[in-house]
Amino acid sequence: MVKSSGSDDARALIRSLRVAYSATPTTLKIIDLYVCFAVLTALIQAVYMGMVGSFPFNSFLSGELSCIGTAVLAVCLRIQVNKENKEFKDLPLERAFADFVLCNLVLHLVIMNFLG
Amino acid sequence: MARDLVLLFLISLLFSACDSKVFSPISDGHRSAASELFTPTDGSYGSLEDTYKALRTFHILKVDRNVDINSNTCPVVSEILKDSSSNPKDVYFALGVNSMLGCQIDSGMYEALVSRLQSVIKGANLLYDFYYSIKGLLVIKDQGINVLLENADVVFHSIKSLSQSGGRWRFSSDDSESSTYAAGLALEALAGVVSLADSEIDRSMISIVKNDIVKLFDSIDGYDDGVLYFDEKLDVEYHDPLSTSASVVQGLTAFAAVASGNLKDSQIPGDKILGLANFFLSIGIPGTTKDFYNQIESVACLEDNVLAVPLILSLSTAVISATSKDQLKVKVTTVLGSVSPPLTVKLVQAFSPDTRHNPVLAHQELRFDPESSIHSLDILPTSIDIGKYIFVFEILLHDPEHKKICATGGQAQAFIYYTGLIKIESAEIAILDNDVESVETKQKLDLSRDNTVSLSANHLQKIILSFHLTTPLGHAFKPHQVLLKLRHETKVEHMFVLKNSGKHFEIILDLLRLVEKFYYLSGKYDIELTVGDISMENSFLRAVGHVDLHLPEPSDKATRPPVPLVDPYSRFGPKPEISHIFRAPEKRPPQELSYAFLAVTLLPFLCFLIGLMRLGVNLKNFPSSSLPATFSILFHAAIAGVLLLYVLFWLKLDLFTTLKILSFLGVFLVFVGHRTLSYHASTSTKQKSA
Repeated sequence: MVKSSGSDDARALIRSLRVAYSATPTTLKIIDLYVCFAVLTALIQAVYMGMVGSFPFNSFLSGELSCIGTAVLAVCLRIQVNKENKEFKDLPLERAFADFVLCNLVLHLVIMNFLG
Repeated sequence: MARDLVLLFLISLLFSACDSKVFSPISDGHRSAASELFTPTDGSYGSLEDTYKALRTFHILKVDRNVDINSNTCPVVSEILKDSSSNPKDVYFALGVNSMLGCQIDSGMYEALVSRLQSVIKGANLLYDFYYSIKGLLVIKDQGINVLLENADVVFHSIKSLSQSGGRWRFSSDDSESSTYAAGLALEALAGVVSLADSEIDRSMISIVKNDIVKLFDSIDGYDDGVLYFDEKLDVEYHDPLSTSASVVQGLTAFAAVASGNLKDSQIPGDKILGLANFFLSIGIPGTTKDFYNQIESVACLEDNVLAVPLILSLSTAVISATSKDQLKVKVTTVLGSVSPPLTVKLVQAFSPDTRHNPVLAHQELRFDPESSIHSLDILPTSIDIGKYIFVFEILLHDPEHKKICATGGQAQAFIYYTGLIKIESAEIAILDNDVESVETKQKLDLSRDNTVSLSANHLQKIILSFHLTTPLGHAFKPHQVLLKLRHETKVEHMFVLKNSGKHFEIILDLLRLVEKFYYLSGKYDIELTVGDISMENSFLRAVGHVDLHLPEPSDKATRPPVPLVDPYSRFGPKPEISHIFRAPEKRPPQELSYAFLAVTLLPFLCFLIGLMRLGVNLKNFPSSSLPATFSILFHAAIAGVLLLYVLFWLKLDLFTTLKILSFLGVFLVFVGHRTLSYHASTSTKQKSA
């Protein structure tokens, strides 16, 4: 009884979450998708490292940091782009995007240098 | 034993080479050496002078040349003979080579050459010009062409005018100093003038030259063992004694041949000729072509000269063994090794170098074997004991006529080693107690083989080793080396020389006195005994055995045993090989796994794209008007360019190149990015305001 109501609650919770999330603007959804993609890639690399060992450690680290770093930058972009964040209300979208691109380029220059 | 015999042989060789007054004539050794020394390269022996010397040496030694050099040498010869500007020296050597090779030379050319050489002689004032021109004319004359030297008297005078006191000559009238080498050249040139002369040369002139020769022989140098030679006195143009003596001998023999026997009565004794012959033979086999030619040419001149034909006494061996009953064998030949006229060789006496006044053999005639032309003498082992002896020989010619034309040089001395077996008896080794002089242990030794005696002694005892050496005739024998060696386990060695009284050899090692010398090293010492001498056929190096020494502990001040010497050869030997240790390569995963994961990492990207399509992403916001669209495309292209540059940086570029390109690309990117994004910003604000 308790169990079924618990699962019902969970379903209700997920449903409400999905409904709430569907109201999110498409641009933010794209960013979310991008973050998922980056984190997933990082996870796969971590699994690979767990299987074969960390021999070219710098290569592993740069692959991992590339994914995590770009995910973090994407999260930052999402914060700046979200209209509900009053803190960044005056910041234009384009400026935030330019920051994202610039940071990514700098990040990847370092990553490439570190890749070996 | 074999090692001992080799040592014996080497020492005997050394002695026979150094001390023997007896020299070997020209032999087959010279013939094989000539073939090795004069080797043609590319079908010629080098210059015409070298070719002439090589051919002349082969001709004298009667050695066959296996190489045909005509095709390469004859063109050079005819070119020099045709060329009217070539100098007399080249012409002479070309003529000499031609006479031995038989090149096809136009007979008309000889007449032109004769007149050319005649004109050179007429205008010459250098001795070399006279010498080579006259020698050239002589070669032409030998070809059967009639050559007459015009104004021979004048030429004779001009050459003679270069002579100076002491029988020496100058190279040119401008020279102030005279040379012995030049004297030889001048004599040969004068001899040539006499034989080429159209009329007889004034006899008084010839006798003046004879006096010069006698004076020249006053300046002859020599050694104690009957070797005579001429040395160059002139420093400006120096020639070594071999060249100088060769020049004089060639000049002397040539002049003596044309002076119609007059020189024979002069004061040049046969002994001097023999001394010069000994000088050329004492060189042995020279190592250079120049020395070789000088030696052979001079010896050939002496072989049949009219003054005195030197006869050379040579020994077949300087070592005579009593055990194999060797005969004393002596050969008498001319310098070139031809058979001598009939003669008897007499052993005047034989004595030991220490006891000159007491000869062991005297007045014995050697038996002649006509087949092998060897004079031999049986030496009875009863008459002579083993050792080193000086044998004095005398050559007695049978025919009185031969005595006039041959030079035998009186008595000849030779070192001879008479070898045999030495009896070794009553060898024993003993340990004595020091205080009571009583024998503790005593062992007999057999020194004809290695022994394995085992002894033990302490520092209060003495080791005594003794044996007797007797010659076959029962006399005492003192070998050159009688050495006892003690070698410790640590390779520290000690040598002791055994003293003798008559036949008895003995050494007493007082260990109490020797502890310091032995560095207080207790333990096992190997004992070795060496007895060796040139005339002892059973010289030996034997292991006697070993002795265990118990020596006291060293005091603090005692000297340490020396560090064993490093083998000097090992210093130059190969160094031990260096083996490098490399880090083992890291384990790599299998390739398939890595490729699989590469595909897996692409999966999230695929999901990302699918997600984008599900969200209904479109490009509606892309600018439609041409200029912003261009900037927008350029913006994306610039980002792609930067990423591509990163890939290149990873693959091959270095950081500096990358940053240089990036600075340009970055500026461009910032520019187009600014334009694009500001366009987007302006459209979005317009939408908002609308």
